[in-house]
Amino acid sequence: MPHSPLHAEHVALGATLVDFAGWEMPVRYSGDVAEHTAVRTAAGLFDISHMGEIAVRGADAASGLDHALVSAMSRVALGRAKYTMLCTPEGGIIDDLIVYRRDWDHFLIVANASNTAAVVAALQERLAGRDVTVTDESQEVALIAIQGPRAEEIVATMCDRNADDVRASTYYSWCTVTLRGDIHAICARTGYTGEDGFELFVPAADAVEVWRLAQEVGGPLGLIPCGLSARDSLRLEAGMPLYGQELGLDRTPFAAGLGRVVQLDAGKVLLPPGLDGAVSVSAEPVERGDFVGRDALEAAKAAHEAAFADPTGAPADYEVLVGLKGEGRRSARTGYELFAGEERAGVVTSGAPSTTLGVAIAMAYVHPRFAAEGTVLEADVRGRREPMTVTALPFYKRA
Amino acid sequence: MADVPEDLTYSAEHEWVRGEVAAGSTVTVGISRHAADALGDVVYVEAPRVGDTVTAGQVCGELESSKAVSELYSPVTGVVMSVNEALTADPSPINADPYGAGWIFTVEVTDAGGELLDAAAYSALIA
Repeated sequence: MPHSPLHAEHVALGATLVDFAGWEMPVRYSGDVAEHTAVRTAAGLFDISHMGEIAVRGADAASGLDHALVSAMSRVALGRAKYTMLCTPEGGIIDDLIVYRRDWDHFLIVANASNTAAVVAALQERLAGRDVTVTDESQEVALIAIQGPRAEEIVATMCDRNADDVRASTYYSWCTVTLRGDIHAICARTGYTGEDGFELFVPAADAVEVWRLAQEVGGPLGLIPCGLSARDSLRLEAGMPLYGQELGLDRTPFAAGLGRVVQLDAGKVLLPPGLDGAVSVSAEPVERGDFVGRDALEAAKAAHEAAFADPTGAPADYEVLVGLKGEGRRSARTGYELFAGEERAGVVTSGAPSTTLGVAIAMAYVHPRFAAEGTVLEADVRGRREPMTVTALPFYKRA
Repeated sequence: MADVPEDLTYSAEHEWVRGEVAAGSTVTVGISRHAADALGDVVYVEAPRVGDTVTAGQVCGELESSKAVSELYSPVTGVVMSVNEALTADPSPINADPYGAGWIFTVEVTDAGGELLDAAAYSALIA
Protein backbone atom coordinates (compact mmCIF):
# COMPACT_ATOMS: atom_id res chain seq x y z
CA MET A 1 0.00 0.00 0.00
CA PRO A 2 1.52 3.39 -0.89
CA HIS A 3 2.36 5.59 2.09
CA SER A 4 2.20 9.31 2.43
CA PRO A 5 5.64 10.87 3.09
CA LEU A 6 4.14 11.79 6.48
CA HIS A 7 3.21 8.23 7.46
CA ALA A 8 5.73 7.98 10.30
CA GLU A 9 4.47 11.30 11.70
CA HIS A 10 0.91 9.93 11.86
CA VAL A 11 2.06 6.79 13.61
CA ALA A 12 4.06 8.87 16.11
CA LEU A 13 0.99 11.04 16.78
CA GLY A 14 -1.05 7.94 17.57
CA ALA A 15 -3.39 8.36 14.59
CA THR A 16 -5.90 5.65 13.72
CA LEU A 17 -4.95 4.66 10.17
CA VAL A 18 -7.25 3.31 7.47
CA ASP A 19 -7.00 2.19 3.87
CA PHE A 20 -8.29 5.07 1.75
CA ALA A 21 -8.13 4.63 -2.03
CA GLY A 22 -5.28 2.21 -1.49
CA TRP A 23 -3.29 4.59 0.73
CA GLU A 24 -2.82 4.15 4.48
CA MET A 25 -4.10 7.46 5.82
CA PRO A 26 -5.06 8.90 9.23
CA VAL A 27 -8.80 8.83 9.89
CA ARG A 28 -8.44 10.60 13.28
CA TYR A 29 -5.82 11.67 15.84
CA SER A 30 -7.40 13.06 19.01
CA GLY A 31 -11.10 12.68 18.19
CA ASP A 32 -13.66 13.50 15.48
CA VAL A 33 -15.48 16.21 17.44
CA ALA A 34 -12.32 17.94 18.69
CA GLU A 35 -10.80 17.96 15.20
CA HIS A 36 -13.96 19.21 13.50
CA THR A 37 -14.36 21.93 16.13
CA ALA A 38 -10.70 22.99 15.86
CA VAL A 39 -11.13 23.72 12.15
CA ARG A 40 -14.27 25.80 12.78
CA THR A 41 -12.72 27.77 15.66
CA ALA A 42 -8.93 27.83 15.19
CA ALA A 43 -7.15 25.64 12.63
CA GLY A 44 -6.71 22.06 11.48
CA LEU A 45 -3.70 20.45 9.80
CA PHE A 46 -4.47 17.83 7.15
CA ASP A 47 -2.20 15.47 5.22
CA ILE A 48 -3.81 15.07 1.80
CA SER A 49 -0.76 13.73 0.00
CA HIS A 50 -2.79 10.84 -1.38
CA MET A 51 -4.44 13.24 -3.83
CA GLY A 52 -3.07 13.23 -7.38
CA GLU A 53 -1.03 16.06 -8.88
CA ILE A 54 -0.86 16.05 -12.69
CA ALA A 55 1.20 18.56 -14.67
CA VAL A 56 -0.03 19.56 -18.12
CA ARG A 57 2.58 21.57 -20.03
CA GLY A 58 3.12 22.85 -23.54
CA ALA A 59 2.04 25.38 -26.13
CA ASP A 60 -1.29 23.52 -26.54
CA ALA A 61 -1.89 23.05 -22.80
CA ALA A 62 -4.68 25.62 -22.52
CA SER A 63 -6.45 24.74 -25.76
CA GLY A 64 -6.00 21.03 -25.03
CA LEU A 65 -7.60 21.36 -21.59
CA ASP A 66 -10.40 23.47 -23.11
CA HIS A 67 -11.14 20.36 -25.16
CA ALA A 68 -10.61 17.78 -22.42
CA LEU A 69 -12.48 19.42 -19.53
CA VAL A 70 -15.94 20.94 -19.21
CA SER A 71 -14.58 24.40 -18.29
CA ALA A 72 -12.40 26.63 -20.46
CA MET A 73 -8.94 26.59 -18.88
CA SER A 74 -7.80 29.21 -21.41
CA ARG A 75 -9.89 31.69 -19.39
CA VAL A 76 -8.12 31.06 -16.10
CA ALA A 77 -5.77 33.91 -15.15
CA LEU A 78 -2.19 33.34 -14.00
CA GLY A 79 -2.11 32.79 -10.27
CA ARG A 80 -5.71 31.54 -10.21
CA ALA A 81 -7.40 28.15 -9.92
CA LYS A 82 -10.68 26.69 -11.13
CA TYR A 83 -12.94 23.92 -9.84
CA THR A 84 -14.05 21.81 -12.79
CA MET A 85 -14.84 18.29 -13.97
CA LEU A 86 -13.58 15.69 -16.41
CA CYS A 87 -16.62 14.09 -18.05
CA THR A 88 -17.23 11.17 -20.39
CA PRO A 89 -18.61 11.76 -23.90
CA GLU A 90 -22.00 10.82 -22.38
CA GLY A 91 -21.74 13.55 -19.75
CA GLY A 92 -20.97 11.30 -16.76
CA ILE A 93 -18.38 12.53 -14.25
CA ILE A 94 -14.96 10.84 -14.25
CA ASP A 95 -13.58 13.14 -11.54
CA ASP A 96 -13.97 16.58 -10.04
CA LEU A 97 -10.76 18.58 -10.12
CA ILE A 98 -9.12 21.81 -9.11
CA VAL A 99 -6.87 23.15 -11.87
CA TYR A 100 -4.20 25.73 -10.94
CA ARG A 101 -2.78 27.86 -13.74
CA ARG A 102 0.94 27.99 -13.03
CA ASP A 103 1.84 29.73 -16.29
CA TRP A 104 0.27 30.45 -19.64
CA ASP A 105 1.39 26.99 -20.83
CA HIS A 106 1.53 25.09 -17.53
CA PHE A 107 -1.37 23.75 -15.45
CA LEU A 108 -1.37 21.75 -12.20
CA ILE A 109 -4.39 19.48 -11.91
CA VAL A 110 -5.36 18.01 -8.54
CA ALA A 111 -7.42 14.83 -8.77
CA ASN A 112 -9.02 12.54 -6.20
CA ALA A 113 -6.73 9.72 -5.06
CA SER A 114 -9.13 7.07 -6.33
CA ASN A 115 -9.32 8.60 -9.81
CA THR A 116 -5.78 9.83 -10.48
CA ALA A 117 -4.90 7.01 -12.86
CA ALA A 118 -8.17 7.40 -14.77
CA VAL A 119 -7.66 11.16 -15.06
CA VAL A 120 -4.08 10.76 -16.31
CA ALA A 121 -5.22 8.20 -18.89
CA ALA A 122 -8.12 10.34 -20.11
CA LEU A 123 -5.95 13.44 -20.42
CA GLN A 124 -3.24 11.57 -22.31
CA GLU A 125 -5.87 10.21 -24.71
CA ARG A 126 -7.65 13.54 -25.19
CA LEU A 127 -4.43 15.54 -25.61
CA ALA A 128 -2.71 13.09 -27.96
CA GLY A 129 -1.32 14.68 -31.07
CA ARG A 130 -1.08 18.13 -29.48
CA ASP A 131 1.99 20.04 -28.34
CA VAL A 132 1.48 19.14 -24.68
CA THR A 133 2.78 16.66 -22.10
CA VAL A 134 0.80 15.08 -19.26
CA THR A 135 2.92 14.04 -16.27
CA ASP A 136 1.75 12.35 -13.07
CA GLU A 137 3.78 14.13 -10.37
CA SER A 138 1.90 12.66 -7.41
CA GLN A 139 4.88 10.74 -6.04
CA GLU A 140 7.06 13.85 -5.92
CA VAL A 141 4.51 16.19 -4.34
CA ALA A 142 3.14 16.26 -0.79
CA LEU A 143 -0.05 18.22 -0.13
CA ILE A 144 -0.67 19.67 3.33
CA ALA A 145 -3.78 21.69 4.14
CA ILE A 146 -4.19 24.23 6.92
CA GLN A 147 -7.83 25.23 7.31
CA GLY A 148 -9.62 27.48 9.78
CA PRO A 149 -9.95 31.11 10.89
CA ARG A 150 -6.32 31.19 12.13
CA ALA A 151 -4.94 29.61 8.92
CA GLU A 152 -3.78 32.87 7.31
CA GLU A 153 -1.86 33.91 10.41
CA ILE A 154 -0.27 30.48 10.68
CA VAL A 155 0.76 30.15 7.04
CA ALA A 156 2.07 33.72 6.90
CA THR A 157 4.19 33.02 9.99
CA MET A 158 5.51 29.80 8.40
CA CYS A 159 6.86 31.90 5.51
CA ASP A 160 10.41 33.12 5.38
CA ARG A 161 9.46 35.34 2.43
CA ASN A 162 6.10 36.08 0.77
CA ALA A 163 4.08 36.40 3.97
CA ASP A 164 2.47 39.51 2.44
CA ASP A 165 1.53 37.53 -0.68
CA VAL A 166 -0.20 34.99 1.53
CA ARG A 167 -2.15 37.67 3.40
CA ALA A 168 -3.13 39.42 0.16
CA SER A 169 -4.23 36.24 -1.63
CA THR A 170 -7.91 35.72 -2.37
CA TYR A 171 -10.06 32.59 -2.52
CA TYR A 172 -8.99 30.33 -5.41
CA SER A 173 -5.73 32.17 -6.02
CA TRP A 174 -2.26 30.77 -5.38
CA CYS A 175 1.26 32.13 -4.91
CA THR A 176 4.77 30.73 -4.58
CA VAL A 177 6.24 31.01 -1.10
CA THR A 178 9.51 30.22 0.61
CA LEU A 179 8.80 28.65 3.97
CA ARG A 180 11.26 28.64 6.88
CA GLY A 181 14.02 26.18 6.14
CA ASP A 182 14.28 27.46 2.55
CA ILE A 183 11.42 25.24 1.42
CA HIS A 184 9.73 26.29 -1.81
CA ALA A 185 6.01 25.72 -1.93
CA ILE A 186 2.91 26.62 -3.86
CA CYS A 187 0.41 28.12 -1.44
CA ALA A 188 -3.17 27.94 -2.73
CA ARG A 189 -6.14 29.53 -1.01
CA THR A 190 -8.37 26.53 -1.64
CA GLY A 191 -9.88 23.90 0.60
CA TYR A 192 -12.58 21.39 1.40
CA THR A 193 -13.91 22.54 4.75
CA GLY A 194 -15.97 25.70 4.25
CA GLU A 195 -13.43 27.70 6.27
CA ASP A 196 -10.69 30.04 5.06
CA GLY A 197 -7.57 28.00 4.47
CA PHE A 198 -4.61 27.05 2.38
CA GLU A 199 -3.28 23.98 0.60
CA LEU A 200 0.52 23.80 0.46
CA PHE A 201 2.14 21.85 -2.37
CA VAL A 202 5.66 20.94 -1.23
CA PRO A 203 8.33 18.55 -2.49
CA ALA A 204 7.72 15.15 -0.88
CA ALA A 205 11.21 15.29 0.61
CA ASP A 206 10.25 18.45 2.57
CA ALA A 207 6.89 17.19 3.79
CA VAL A 208 7.96 16.19 7.29
CA GLU A 209 9.66 19.53 7.93
CA VAL A 210 6.62 21.49 6.75
CA TRP A 211 4.24 19.30 8.82
CA ARG A 212 6.31 19.89 11.95
CA LEU A 213 6.71 23.61 11.20
CA ALA A 214 2.92 23.97 10.91
CA GLN A 215 2.46 22.37 14.33
CA GLU A 216 5.22 24.49 15.88
CA VAL A 217 3.75 27.73 14.54
CA GLY A 218 0.08 26.77 14.73
CA GLY A 219 -0.05 24.76 17.95
CA PRO A 220 -0.07 27.83 20.22
CA LEU A 221 -2.90 29.24 18.07
CA GLY A 222 -5.02 26.14 18.49
CA LEU A 223 -4.02 24.13 15.37
CA ILE A 224 -4.26 20.36 15.74
CA PRO A 225 -3.75 17.53 13.24
CA CYS A 226 -7.05 16.42 11.68
CA GLY A 227 -7.89 13.20 9.86
CA LEU A 228 -10.19 12.03 7.09
CA SER A 229 -13.17 11.70 9.40
CA ALA A 230 -13.07 15.41 10.23
CA ARG A 231 -12.39 16.22 6.57
CA ASP A 232 -15.58 14.42 5.62
CA SER A 233 -17.77 15.93 8.33
CA LEU A 234 -16.50 19.43 7.52
CA ARG A 235 -17.08 19.19 3.77
CA LEU A 236 -20.57 17.77 4.35
CA GLU A 237 -21.52 20.77 6.51
CA ALA A 238 -20.10 22.99 3.76
CA GLY A 239 -22.31 21.26 1.18
CA MET A 240 -19.35 20.07 -0.88
CA PRO A 241 -19.71 16.92 -2.97
CA LEU A 242 -17.57 13.82 -2.61
CA TYR A 243 -16.69 11.72 -5.66
CA GLY A 244 -18.05 8.23 -5.23
CA GLN A 245 -21.04 9.54 -3.30
CA GLU A 246 -22.53 12.73 -4.81
CA LEU A 247 -20.51 12.50 -8.03
CA GLY A 248 -19.92 9.54 -10.31
CA LEU A 249 -20.13 8.23 -13.85
CA ASP A 250 -23.90 7.93 -13.44
CA ARG A 251 -24.43 11.60 -12.53
CA THR A 252 -24.13 14.77 -14.59
CA PRO A 253 -22.78 18.07 -13.24
CA PHE A 254 -26.29 19.52 -13.59
CA ALA A 255 -28.01 16.88 -11.50
CA ALA A 256 -25.33 17.48 -8.85
CA GLY A 257 -26.19 21.18 -8.73
CA LEU A 258 -22.83 22.07 -10.29
CA GLY A 259 -23.93 23.03 -13.79
CA ARG A 260 -21.92 26.24 -13.42
CA VAL A 261 -18.69 24.29 -14.11
CA VAL A 262 -19.94 23.39 -17.62
CA GLN A 263 -19.00 26.44 -19.66
CA LEU A 264 -20.87 26.68 -22.94
CA ASP A 265 -20.84 30.39 -23.74
CA ALA A 266 -18.08 32.63 -25.12
CA GLY A 267 -15.54 34.22 -22.80
CA LYS A 268 -12.31 36.17 -22.81
CA VAL A 269 -9.17 34.03 -22.87
CA LEU A 270 -5.56 34.50 -21.86
CA LEU A 271 -3.36 35.15 -24.90
CA PRO A 272 0.12 33.65 -25.27
CA PRO A 273 2.84 36.13 -24.28
CA GLY A 274 4.00 38.62 -26.86
CA LEU A 275 7.62 39.45 -27.59
CA ASP A 276 7.81 41.36 -24.30
CA GLY A 277 6.78 38.21 -22.39
CA ALA A 278 3.66 39.82 -21.01
CA VAL A 279 0.49 37.75 -20.91
CA SER A 280 -2.70 39.60 -21.77
CA VAL A 281 -6.41 38.90 -21.98
CA SER A 282 -8.21 38.86 -25.32
CA ALA A 283 -10.10 42.05 -26.13
CA GLU A 284 -13.18 40.10 -27.25
CA PRO A 285 -14.88 36.96 -25.93
CA VAL A 286 -13.87 33.80 -27.76
CA GLU A 287 -16.37 31.04 -28.60
CA ARG A 288 -16.23 28.05 -26.25
CA GLY A 289 -15.71 25.50 -28.98
CA ASP A 290 -16.17 21.78 -28.77
CA PHE A 291 -15.12 19.73 -25.75
CA VAL A 292 -15.52 16.09 -24.71
CA GLY A 293 -19.14 15.53 -23.69
CA ARG A 294 -20.38 18.89 -25.00
CA ASP A 295 -23.40 17.53 -26.93
CA ALA A 296 -24.47 15.23 -24.11
CA LEU A 297 -24.04 18.00 -21.52
CA GLU A 298 -26.06 20.50 -23.56
CA ALA A 299 -28.86 17.91 -23.66
CA ALA A 300 -28.43 17.24 -19.94
CA LYS A 301 -28.69 20.96 -19.22
CA ALA A 302 -31.92 21.21 -21.21
CA ALA A 303 -33.36 18.15 -19.48
CA HIS A 304 -32.38 19.56 -16.08
CA GLU A 305 -34.03 22.91 -16.75
CA ALA A 306 -37.16 21.17 -18.04
CA ALA A 307 -37.32 19.03 -14.91
CA PHE A 308 -37.34 22.10 -12.69
CA ALA A 309 -39.83 23.94 -14.86
CA ASP A 310 -42.23 20.98 -14.66
CA PRO A 311 -41.26 18.63 -11.81
CA THR A 312 -44.27 16.34 -12.19
CA GLY A 313 -43.38 15.87 -15.85
CA ALA A 314 -39.75 14.91 -15.20
CA PRO A 315 -38.79 11.31 -16.03
CA ALA A 316 -39.44 8.95 -13.12
CA ASP A 317 -35.72 8.14 -12.79
CA TYR A 318 -34.43 11.71 -12.92
CA GLU A 319 -32.83 12.78 -9.62
CA VAL A 320 -31.31 16.02 -8.40
CA LEU A 321 -29.03 16.72 -5.44
CA VAL A 322 -30.53 18.34 -2.34
CA GLY A 323 -29.51 18.98 1.24
CA LEU A 324 -31.55 17.48 4.09
CA LYS A 325 -31.68 18.38 7.76
CA GLY A 326 -32.99 16.04 10.46
CA GLU A 327 -34.57 16.79 13.82
CA GLY A 328 -32.30 14.73 16.06
CA ARG A 329 -28.87 13.15 15.84
CA ARG A 330 -30.00 9.76 14.60
CA SER A 331 -28.58 10.05 11.11
CA ALA A 332 -29.41 8.77 7.66
CA ARG A 333 -26.27 7.35 6.04
CA THR A 334 -25.06 6.66 2.50
CA GLY A 335 -27.53 4.41 0.69
CA TYR A 336 -30.48 4.94 3.05
CA GLU A 337 -33.74 5.41 1.16
CA LEU A 338 -36.00 8.45 1.37
CA PHE A 339 -39.77 8.37 1.30
CA ALA A 340 -42.68 10.76 0.82
CA GLY A 341 -45.39 8.76 2.54
CA GLU A 342 -45.17 5.32 0.97
CA GLU A 343 -43.61 6.58 -2.24
CA ARG A 344 -39.84 6.24 -2.71
CA ALA A 345 -38.52 9.78 -3.11
CA GLY A 346 -34.79 9.19 -3.45
CA VAL A 347 -31.57 8.04 -1.75
CA VAL A 348 -29.03 9.54 0.67
CA THR A 349 -25.50 9.83 -0.76
CA SER A 350 -23.79 11.26 2.34
CA GLY A 351 -25.10 11.68 5.88
CA ALA A 352 -23.81 12.17 9.41
CA PRO A 353 -24.56 14.02 12.64
CA SER A 354 -23.49 17.66 12.19
CA THR A 355 -21.21 18.82 15.00
CA THR A 356 -21.91 22.49 14.27
CA LEU A 357 -25.69 22.21 13.83
CA GLY A 358 -26.29 19.48 16.43
CA VAL A 359 -28.63 17.49 14.17
CA ALA A 360 -28.35 14.95 11.38
CA ILE A 361 -27.58 16.37 7.92
CA ALA A 362 -27.42 14.64 4.57
CA MET A 363 -26.99 15.13 0.87
CA ALA A 364 -29.33 13.09 -1.28
CA TYR A 365 -30.63 12.61 -4.80
CA VAL A 366 -34.41 12.97 -5.04
CA HIS A 367 -36.95 13.26 -7.82
CA PRO A 368 -37.53 16.94 -8.73
CA ARG A 369 -41.06 16.69 -7.28
CA PHE A 370 -39.46 16.52 -3.82
CA ALA A 371 -36.62 19.01 -4.34
CA ALA A 372 -38.30 22.22 -3.16
CA GLU A 373 -36.82 23.74 -0.02
CA GLY A 374 -39.01 22.92 2.96
CA THR A 375 -40.25 19.59 1.59
CA VAL A 376 -40.48 17.09 4.45
CA LEU A 377 -39.35 13.55 3.61
CA GLU A 378 -38.64 10.53 5.75
CA ALA A 379 -35.36 8.64 5.80
CA ASP A 380 -35.47 4.92 6.53
CA VAL A 381 -32.83 4.72 9.24
CA ARG A 382 -32.33 1.04 9.91
CA GLY A 383 -36.03 0.24 9.93
CA ARG A 384 -37.35 3.40 11.57
CA ARG A 385 -38.42 6.55 9.75
CA GLU A 386 -36.73 9.85 10.64
CA PRO A 387 -38.15 13.11 9.26
CA MET A 388 -35.76 15.21 7.19
CA THR A 389 -36.45 18.58 5.58
CA VAL A 390 -35.03 19.72 2.23
CA THR A 391 -32.58 22.50 3.08
CA ALA A 392 -30.53 24.84 0.87
CA LEU A 393 -26.83 24.06 0.68
CA PRO A 394 -24.47 24.79 2.30
CA PHE A 395 -25.62 23.83 5.80
CA TYR A 396 -22.83 25.97 7.23
CA LYS A 397 -21.21 29.15 5.95
CA ARG A 398 -18.31 30.82 7.68
CA ALA A 399 -18.79 34.29 9.08
CA MET B 1 -1.58 -2.15 25.39
CA ALA B 2 -5.35 -2.67 25.25
CA ASP B 3 -7.46 -1.29 28.10
CA VAL B 4 -9.28 -4.43 29.34
CA PRO B 5 -10.02 -4.32 33.11
CA GLU B 6 -9.50 -7.65 34.87
CA ASP B 7 -12.54 -7.34 37.13
CA LEU B 8 -15.06 -7.31 34.25
CA THR B 9 -16.43 -9.92 31.88
CA TYR B 10 -17.02 -9.31 28.18
CA SER B 11 -19.24 -10.33 25.28
CA ALA B 12 -17.98 -11.11 21.81
CA GLU B 13 -19.91 -8.01 20.69
CA HIS B 14 -17.64 -5.81 22.82
CA GLU B 15 -19.89 -5.10 25.78
CA TRP B 16 -18.54 -5.35 29.34
CA VAL B 17 -20.38 -6.57 32.43
CA ARG B 18 -19.64 -5.55 36.00
CA GLY B 19 -21.02 -7.88 38.65
CA GLU B 20 -21.71 -11.56 39.08
CA VAL B 21 -24.04 -12.95 36.43
CA ALA B 22 -26.49 -15.01 38.48
CA ALA B 23 -30.29 -15.07 38.58
CA GLY B 24 -31.47 -12.23 40.82
CA SER B 25 -28.23 -10.20 40.72
CA THR B 26 -27.98 -6.77 39.10
CA VAL B 27 -25.12 -6.10 36.71
CA THR B 28 -23.88 -2.95 34.94
CA VAL B 29 -23.26 -2.89 31.17
CA GLY B 30 -21.23 -0.68 28.86
CA ILE B 31 -19.03 -0.97 25.76
CA SER B 32 -15.32 -1.69 25.82
CA ARG B 33 -12.51 0.78 25.13
CA HIS B 34 -11.81 -1.15 21.93
CA ALA B 35 -15.39 -0.64 20.72
CA ALA B 36 -15.45 3.04 21.74
CA ASP B 37 -12.18 3.72 19.92
CA ALA B 38 -13.43 1.97 16.78
CA LEU B 39 -16.57 4.09 16.75
CA GLY B 40 -14.89 7.43 17.36
CA ASP B 41 -16.67 10.14 19.33
CA VAL B 42 -20.14 8.85 20.18
CA VAL B 43 -22.69 11.60 19.56
CA TYR B 44 -25.94 9.67 20.08
CA VAL B 45 -26.88 6.70 22.26
CA GLU B 46 -30.10 4.78 22.11
CA ALA B 47 -30.23 2.60 25.19
CA PRO B 48 -32.99 0.20 26.22
CA ARG B 49 -35.63 1.63 28.55
CA VAL B 50 -36.16 0.86 32.21
CA GLY B 51 -38.43 -2.15 32.46
CA ASP B 52 -37.52 -3.56 29.03
CA THR B 53 -36.66 -7.24 28.80
CA VAL B 54 -33.28 -7.85 27.22
CA THR B 55 -31.88 -11.11 25.93
CA ALA B 56 -28.22 -12.15 25.86
CA GLY B 57 -26.79 -11.75 22.36
CA GLN B 58 -29.66 -9.67 21.01
CA VAL B 59 -29.70 -6.06 19.86
CA CYS B 60 -31.12 -3.69 22.46
CA GLY B 61 -30.01 -0.28 21.21
CA GLU B 62 -27.53 1.61 19.07
CA LEU B 63 -24.61 4.00 19.28
CA GLU B 64 -23.85 6.59 16.66
CA SER B 65 -20.65 8.51 15.91
CA SER B 66 -19.68 10.87 13.12
CA LYS B 67 -18.40 8.07 10.95
CA ALA B 68 -20.25 4.98 12.08
CA VAL B 69 -23.25 3.34 13.69
CA SER B 70 -22.92 0.36 15.98
CA GLU B 71 -25.63 -1.85 17.39
CA LEU B 72 -25.74 -2.28 21.15
CA TYR B 73 -26.22 -5.90 22.21
CA SER B 74 -27.27 -7.03 25.66
CA PRO B 75 -24.65 -9.39 27.11
CA VAL B 76 -27.12 -10.85 29.63
CA THR B 77 -30.79 -11.83 29.89
CA GLY B 78 -33.04 -9.97 32.30
CA VAL B 79 -34.92 -6.76 32.99
CA VAL B 80 -33.43 -3.28 32.59
CA MET B 81 -33.30 -1.64 36.03
CA SER B 82 -31.67 1.71 35.21
CA VAL B 83 -30.25 3.69 32.31
CA ASN B 84 -27.46 6.29 32.37
CA GLU B 85 -29.66 9.29 31.52
CA ALA B 86 -26.68 11.68 31.51
CA LEU B 87 -25.56 10.14 28.22
CA THR B 88 -28.62 11.48 26.41
CA ALA B 89 -27.37 15.05 26.59
CA ASP B 90 -23.68 14.19 26.50
CA PRO B 91 -22.49 10.75 25.36
CA SER B 92 -18.80 11.71 25.58
CA PRO B 93 -18.16 9.66 28.77
CA ILE B 94 -18.51 6.55 26.58
CA ASN B 95 -15.24 7.53 24.91
CA ALA B 96 -13.59 9.30 27.85
CA ASP B 97 -14.41 6.74 30.55
CA PRO B 98 -16.05 3.67 28.96
CA TYR B 99 -15.79 1.51 32.11
CA GLY B 100 -16.84 4.21 34.60
CA ALA B 101 -18.96 7.26 33.81
CA GLY B 102 -19.68 5.73 30.37
CA TRP B 103 -21.83 2.88 31.80
CA ILE B 104 -25.00 2.54 29.72
CA PHE B 105 -27.57 0.44 31.59
CA THR B 106 -28.06 -2.03 34.45
CA VAL B 107 -29.91 -5.36 34.26
CA GLU B 108 -31.47 -7.61 36.88
CA VAL B 109 -30.46 -11.00 35.57
CA THR B 110 -33.24 -13.55 35.14
CA ASP B 111 -31.27 -16.24 33.28
CA ALA B 112 -27.55 -16.69 33.94
CA GLY B 113 -27.07 -18.86 30.85
CA GLY B 114 -24.82 -17.71 28.01
CA GLU B 115 -21.06 -17.32 27.79
CA LEU B 116 -19.09 -14.27 28.67
CA LEU B 117 -15.33 -13.92 28.22
CA ASP B 118 -12.87 -13.08 30.95
CA ALA B 119 -10.38 -10.24 30.42
CA ALA B 120 -7.71 -12.57 29.01
CA ALA B 121 -10.08 -14.18 26.51
CA TYR B 122 -11.47 -10.80 25.41
CA SER B 123 -7.95 -9.39 25.02
CA ALA B 124 -7.14 -12.33 22.76
CA LEU B 125 -10.29 -11.67 20.74
CA ILE B 126 -9.37 -8.05 20.04
CA ALA B 127 -5.65 -8.62 19.56
